[in-house]
Amino acid sequence: MTGLVLTADERLAPRSMARRLLGRPELGAVVGAAAVFVFFSVAADSFLQWSSFGTVLYASSTIGIMAVPVALLMIGGEFDLSAGVMVTSSALASSMFSFQMTANVWVGIGVSLLVTLAFGAFNGIMLVRTKLPSFIITLGTFLMLTGLNLGLTKLISGTVATKSIGDMEGFPAAHDVFASHWTVGSVDLQVTILWWFGLVAVATWVLLRTRAGNWIFAAGGNADAARAVGVPVARTKVGLYMAVAFCAWISGQHLLFSFDVVQSGEGVGNEFLYIIAAVIGGCLMTGGYGSAIGSAVGAFIFGMTNKGIVYAQWNPDWFKFFLGAMLLLATLLNVWVRRRAEATA
Amino acid sequence: MTAITDKGTGTGKAAAPLVALTDVSKSYGNVRALRDVSLEVHAGEITCVLGDNGAGKSTLIKIIAGLHPHDSGGYAVAGEQVRHASPRDALDRGIATVYQDLAVVPLMPVWRNFFLGSEPTRGRGPLRRLDVAEMRGTTHAALLRMGIDLRDVDQQIGTLSGGERQCVAIARAVHFGARVLVLDEPTAALGVKQSGMVLKYVAAARDAGLGVVLITHNPHHAYLVGDRFILLKRGTMSGSHLKRDITLDELTREMAGGSELDELTHELSRTPAAGKAAAGDPPAEDLPAATDPEKRA
Repeated sequence: MTGLVLTADERLAPRSMARRLLGRPELGAVVGAAAVFVFFSVAADSFLQWSSFGTVLYASSTIGIMAVPVALLMIGGEFDLSAGVMVTSSALASSMFSFQMTANVWVGIGVSLLVTLAFGAFNGIMLVRTKLPSFIITLGTFLMLTGLNLGLTKLISGTVATKSIGDMEGFPAAHDVFASHWTVGSVDLQVTILWWFGLVAVATWVLLRTRAGNWIFAAGGNADAARAVGVPVARTKVGLYMAVAFCAWISGQHLLFSFDVVQSGEGVGNEFLYIIAAVIGGCLMTGGYGSAIGSAVGAFIFGMTNKGIVYAQWNPDWFKFFLGAMLLLATLLNVWVRRRAEATA
Repeated sequence: MTAITDKGTGTGKAAAPLVALTDVSKSYGNVRALRDVSLEVHAGEITCVLGDNGAGKSTLIKIIAGLHPHDSGGYAVAGEQVRHASPRDALDRGIATVYQDLAVVPLMPVWRNFFLGSEPTRGRGPLRRLDVAEMRGTTHAALLRMGIDLRDVDQQIGTLSGGERQCVAIARAVHFGARVLVLDEPTAALGVKQSGMVLKYVAAARDAGLGVVLITHNPHHAYLVGDRFILLKRGTMSGSHLKRDITLDELTREMAGGSELDELTHELSRTPAAGKAAAGDPPAEDLPAATDPEKRA
């Protein structure tokens, strides 16, 4: 046995450093982000200005806020295709409740939180009860919410947009919380950037330093093994869907309070941007591996590409092409990393 | 089975066996998976359950582990009749099951796997967090106690060999106070060296005073470490022996189905000379036929 251990150590030692680096799920995303940054720095003169930096960060944060819980959910082994329209649903619920029932926006914000969390709970409970793939269940929720957003808004407001709530009680304060911005030097910073960083920090702490985080990794990595050692897999997954809903609520309130009206058809397709950010950030489609910081780097790549193309004065039609190419590259890198990690002696 | 006398349970007391199944049966719909199977597990002993594919080994393990309740018969833990509603129930009574493929989450580090489901925490309220230093240290120490010297508990458990993974799972069960360890084919799909390693840790668990149920279809592995042997065949118990009452050859023969093995030997032997050689006759040196069985062996 001693001999066996010795040989195992000798084999391990030289690979240890490389493996530790490869073991970081964010590796691919950081390399990609650096490449995209250098690329647009060369291609677009105004990209390196401080004012551009604020714009890029804002674009990143709007995707990043949702990419965080979507990444956690993917680590837990599931998808949420309803995440994009859920943001709009949350904004609509807040706006319409405030407008129709009361004159105070904070009541609407509270009701919206409950409604949105209920959507998340519905996704989660349907998943653990029916044991259907999350792809099917959340695709169903996605379609239902899309229809509900349009149908209810038209029924109540008569148009596809909500009435303005800009003159209601509590609007300035709510605007400060969800949609304010301030200027540092020449950089215009949106409050969503703070929300984003805060969420990344909390999610990272939960993932790496709490029991819940251990359970998320286990639920996605090997749900049967986790169940066999007493991990509450079903509860963990419902919790993850509700985390997505919570962040959809934050995004929804930002949407509402930055414009004071909401277009009911918005949000469709954004769910893929969240998933792309999470995957570029190192989350495995099969679950059990990934990080919240990676999702932030993925969202930052999204922001840089989105705005970089504008600064380079290219046709923005190319944006999706870049995004697709990056998704493929990131996934290839992740698959390669996982093969290295799973290669058993 | 009940007539078998205790041959020193290690504790010296004539205590009730840790686990005793008496005439347990189980059906899935109209399939009778298990009929009247009895076995005893004593502290500091290894009870081996042997059987071919489809003999009912996995049904038996699921009953012991609490995954499925038994239909009839008795299941006693330390003399007390029980009925497990879930694996958690069995775990709470000190019965830990290590499944061949269910044991670990491959992409998680060894120390996270080790404490999965029973993580120690520090602090309270929103600051309640994993006691990472404690988890790392305890994992290393617990593995070391079992004789596994892992250099890096941070490596993903999927990077360990199959044998090492089994050993971590066993060390885990021992650490969390299991009194009975149920091992589902721990040496299947392992090489000779790895199997030896796993068997060593099984013996280490036994020496630590645990009762072990070792499920296997390999009589050679079973005979190396086992104290009691239960043979299953098509859902029924075809034999129950203490180690002192049976030799490896008898065990192998009984497991392979006695007369069926004779038939197979007959069918496979190409020449009469080969048959003789197999029966133990000294082979004639210059007969080419006689070298055949040696090559095959």
